[in-house]
Amino acid sequence: MAYSFPEEVLEYVFAFLSSHKDRNAVSLVCKSWYEIERWCRRRIFIGNCYAVSPQIVIRRFPEVRAVKIKGKPHFADFNLVPEGWGAYVYPWISAMVRSYPWLEEIKLKRMVVTDESLELLSKSFKNFKVLVLSSCEGFTTDGLASIAANCRNLRELDLRECEVEDLSGHWLSHFPDNFTSLVSLNMSCLGSEVSFSALERLVSRCPNLRTLRLNRAVPVEKLPNLLRRAPQLVEFGTGAYSAENQTDIFSNLVEAFSGCKHLKSLSGFWDVDPAYLPAMYYACTGITSLNLSNATVQSPDLVELIIQCPNLKCLWRERELIEDMTTQVLDYIEDAGLKALPSYCKDLQELRVFPSDPYGAEPNVSLTEQGLVTVSAGCPKLQSVLYFCRQMSNAALITIARNRPNLIRFRLCIIDPQAPDYLTLEPLDTGFGAIVEHCKELLRLSMSGLLTDRVFEYIGTHAKKLEMLSIAFAGDSDLGLHNVLSGCESLRKLEIMDCPFGDKALLANAAKLETMRSLWMSSCSVSYGACKLLGQKMPKLNVEVMDERGHPDSRPETCPVEKLYIYRTVAGPRVDKPNFVWTMDEDAVLRLS
Amino acid sequence: MSPPLLDVEGGGRGNAPLMSSSASGDCISQSGSGLKECNFLGLSDCSSVDSSAVSNVCEKNKNNLNFKATELRLGLPGSRSPERDSDFSLLSSGKLDEKQLFPLLPSKDGICSLMQKSIVSGNKRGFSDTMDGFSEIKSSVFTEGKWMFNANGSDSGTPQSVVEAKLAGNAGINVILANNSSGAQPSMKKEVPTRAPKEGQNKMNGSNNNSSAPAAKAQVVGWPPIRSFRKNTLATTSKNNEEVDGKPGPGALFIKVSMDGAPYLRKVDLRMYSTYQELSSALEKMFMCFTIRKCGSQETPDREMLGENKFKDLLHGSDYVLTFEDKDGDWMLVGDVPWGMFIESCKRLKIMKGSDAIGLAPRTMEKSKNQN
Repeated sequence: MAYSFPEEVLEYVFAFLSSHKDRNAVSLVCKSWYEIERWCRRRIFIGNCYAVSPQIVIRRFPEVRAVKIKGKPHFADFNLVPEGWGAYVYPWISAMVRSYPWLEEIKLKRMVVTDESLELLSKSFKNFKVLVLSSCEGFTTDGLASIAANCRNLRELDLRECEVEDLSGHWLSHFPDNFTSLVSLNMSCLGSEVSFSALERLVSRCPNLRTLRLNRAVPVEKLPNLLRRAPQLVEFGTGAYSAENQTDIFSNLVEAFSGCKHLKSLSGFWDVDPAYLPAMYYACTGITSLNLSNATVQSPDLVELIIQCPNLKCLWRERELIEDMTTQVLDYIEDAGLKALPSYCKDLQELRVFPSDPYGAEPNVSLTEQGLVTVSAGCPKLQSVLYFCRQMSNAALITIARNRPNLIRFRLCIIDPQAPDYLTLEPLDTGFGAIVEHCKELLRLSMSGLLTDRVFEYIGTHAKKLEMLSIAFAGDSDLGLHNVLSGCESLRKLEIMDCPFGDKALLANAAKLETMRSLWMSSCSVSYGACKLLGQKMPKLNVEVMDERGHPDSRPETCPVEKLYIYRTVAGPRVDKPNFVWTMDEDAVLRLS
Repeated sequence: MSPPLLDVEGGGRGNAPLMSSSASGDCISQSGSGLKECNFLGLSDCSSVDSSAVSNVCEKNKNNLNFKATELRLGLPGSRSPERDSDFSLLSSGKLDEKQLFPLLPSKDGICSLMQKSIVSGNKRGFSDTMDGFSEIKSSVFTEGKWMFNANGSDSGTPQSVVEAKLAGNAGINVILANNSSGAQPSMKKEVPTRAPKEGQNKMNGSNNNSSAPAAKAQVVGWPPIRSFRKNTLATTSKNNEEVDGKPGPGALFIKVSMDGAPYLRKVDLRMYSTYQELSSALEKMFMCFTIRKCGSQETPDREMLGENKFKDLLHGSDYVLTFEDKDGDWMLVGDVPWGMFIESCKRLKIMKGSDAIGLAPRTMEKSKNQN
C-alpha cells in the first residue's frame, strides 16, 4: 500500500499534523513513513536537552525550522539547582548553525544562554524570526544588542522572567531604522531604562506589532505616546504604573487606552497607584488575560477594577468571544475580591494567586481557602489553579474537587510546610485524594501541607492521567513513592523535595523511570549505593548525583545523597558536568570500586 | 507499565512467606524510638505486627522467589543488621520475575552521619519520618494483601478502616492510629532524638535542635516555591509602598554569593538576617564544606564540628574576608556601614582571601562618609 501512495501526498498529509505526539506516532508506522516524516518535520520539541544530543537530532531531522528546548529541572526555579549545573545552549546553536541555516525559531526554557550564543545565532540564521527565552540566564544586554542589530527579519523577542545582566538600555537602539517586522517584544524582566525615543520610533515603524510588554523602568507618562503609536496592540504590559503629577497624565492615559480597541491581555503594573487604574477601563473591552501579580493593590481597588470595569460585564455577555481567560494576582485580592470574580468572570479558566508576604509570620491579608472555594464554585470553566495560602482544610479541598471536576492543573502551596487541616488538625490526605478522584483529567498536581503515605495511595489509584507531580515534605515511607511510581500510568515528571523516600521504591520501580522524562529527588533518603546500582543497571538512564559535600565516595555507601536527578537519554552521560555532579554508570562503578 | 508488585492473595504460593515487617533486630538503635525497617515490599503473611518477629522463621520458607539475591537494602544510618536477610523481595509473583530488575548488592554497613547533612543545609528531614511504627502498620496492611489501590473495595472501605480492621487486636497499634485520627500531631512520628525533629508546621525552618540554623524564619531552600524574581519584585515594591511602613520589609532580596575556590555560587536572601553576625553564620554554614576541604580534614567523622570552628577561625582569623559589591560596582569590606544601609546597596557578596582584600577597608570608610 505504501508503494502506491506517492511520497508527496504523504508529505502533504503530514503537514497537517502539528502535534509532536502525532508526528511521533506517524513515524512509527513503517520505515517509509519514518523517512518521509523525518524529512518534512519542521518543528522539534526537546523536553530535556540532555535526553538527546544535537547531532542525533540533526541526523534524524535535517530540515528543521523551529526548535524548542528545555534545560534545567523545574526546581531550579526555586534555587535548588546550583549555578554551573549545565543546560548550556551553545552546543545546540553551534551545531544548528552548521546544519539548519534556515532556522527561524528558537524557544528555550531554563537554559544558560551566553552573549556568544546570541551573537552567533544572530549572524548565522538569515531568516531568523522568533526568539523566546523563558527563565533563562547567562546573557547580558549586549547579547540582545546583537539580536537587535543583526536579525533583519525578527518578529518576536520574548524574554520571560530571565535573569539578564543589565549593562544598559542601549541595546534597543540597535534595531536598524529600516527594521519593521517586529510583532512581539517582551522586555519586562529587564531593569535598565531604554531610550524612550528609540522605543517610540520602533513602535511607530512596526505596523504589525501586537505584543508589547515594557519593563518597570518605563514610567507611566510615556505610555500614552506609545499606545497612540500602536493602537493595534493586542497584548500590553505597562511599566511602573504611578507618577507624581497626576492631572495631565490621567487624561492622556484615558485617551490613549480608549484608542486601543483590540487589547486582550494586560500585565505589568509595578508600583501601582490605584488612582490610575480607572484609566485602563476604557481599553478593557475584550480583555481575557489580566496579570496583576506585580501589583500590590489592595483588595478594594482590585474589586473596583473587576466590578466596575465595563469590559468585564461585556465579557459576561459575550462569552463566545473568549479564548483564554486568565487572571494572575497577588493575594491582596483577598477572599472578598475572589468572591467577585465569578459574577463578572464566568469564563475564568486560569487563576494564579501569589503571596505578597510569603515570609511574614502572620498573614498580612485576608486570603484563605474560602477564596478558592468560591471561585471554584462560580467559574465553571476553571481548569488551572495556582494558589498560595496559609490555611487549608480537607472540607474545602473536597468541595473544590466536587465543584470542578474539570480541573487539569492544580497547584496548591500552603506556606507553612506540613500544615495540617486547620479545622481538624488532620493530614490533608483526603482533600487531595478527592482532587485526584474527581478531577479525572488532572495533568499536573502540586501538593503541600501535612500529607501521609495515604495520599499517595489515592494518587496511585486515581491519577491515571497525571503527567507532572510535585511533592514536598510529604509521606512517611517508601510506600508513598512506590504508589506513585507504580500507579500513575501517565507520569512524565516527578519532583520531590524533603520526603522520607529511600531506595526501595526507587529500585523496585526502576523500569518506570525509563517511561518518564525525569525524576528529581532532593533531601530525601536515597543512598549512594542505590544510585550506583541504578546507574549501573539502567544504561538508558542518566542517574546524576549532586552533592555539595564533595564526592559521595568520601562517605559510606549507605549515606543518602543530597540531590538526585534521573532522566532517560539516548545521548549517554553528560560531558559538561560541573564538579559537584556525578553520573552513576558502569564506568563509575568500576572506577570507584 | 509495571504490574502491581504485590499480589499477595497468594495462598497459592504455598506458604509463600511473607515477611512481616520488622524484626526487632532490624531496628536502628535509636534509644527506643520506633524506627524500624519497613518491609513493605516484602510479602508477608505473617500478619503479626508484633515487632518481635518472625523474620527468621519466614525466611526459611521462601521457595520460588530468589530472595537472597534480590535483597533490597535500605541504607539506614547506624543500622548494622546481621538479620537483614530477612528481607524485601522486590517482586511477589513468579510471573513478575522477568521484571525483576537486578540482584541487589547488600549495602555496606556503616554509619552515615546524617548529622552532617542536617547541619550543612539545615533543612533536611529527619529520617525518623521514614521509619516508625506507623509505617509498620502500613506494611502489615500490605502483608494482608491489601494494596490500597488494588483493593477492590471488597471488604475494605477506606484505607483507614482496613488498617483498623486488620489490627483490631493490637492495642498498641490502635493507640497510634487513634492518635493519628484524632488529629493531634502524632508525636511518635516526629521523635527521633538524634534527628532534627519535625513538629508540624514550619519547623523545618530551623528549630532543629541539633543544628544551629538561624531563627524560626530562616528559609528552607526551595520553599515556598516562589521564583526569585517575584520575591525581589515584592521587596522593592514594598519599599516604595508607604502602606508597609513599620513592617520589616516583607519581601525578599536575593543576592549571589561567591567564594574564591568554591565551585559554584549560592544565593542568599538578605532580608532573612538583621545583623552582620547572622549573615556571617549563615554564610559559614553554606560554605563550610569548601573550607574544610582546604583544611584537609576530610576523614574525621566529626568534621562538621571541627570544621565549624576552623571556619570561624579562618573567617575571623583573616584568611577569608567577606566583601560586597555595591551599586556603583565597587568592592568593599562588609561590616563598616549600618546594616540597613548595607542591604540597600549590596549587589553581590564575595568571600575573598584576606590577601586579596587588602586595600578595601579604607575606601569603605571614605565612601560612606561621602554618601552621608
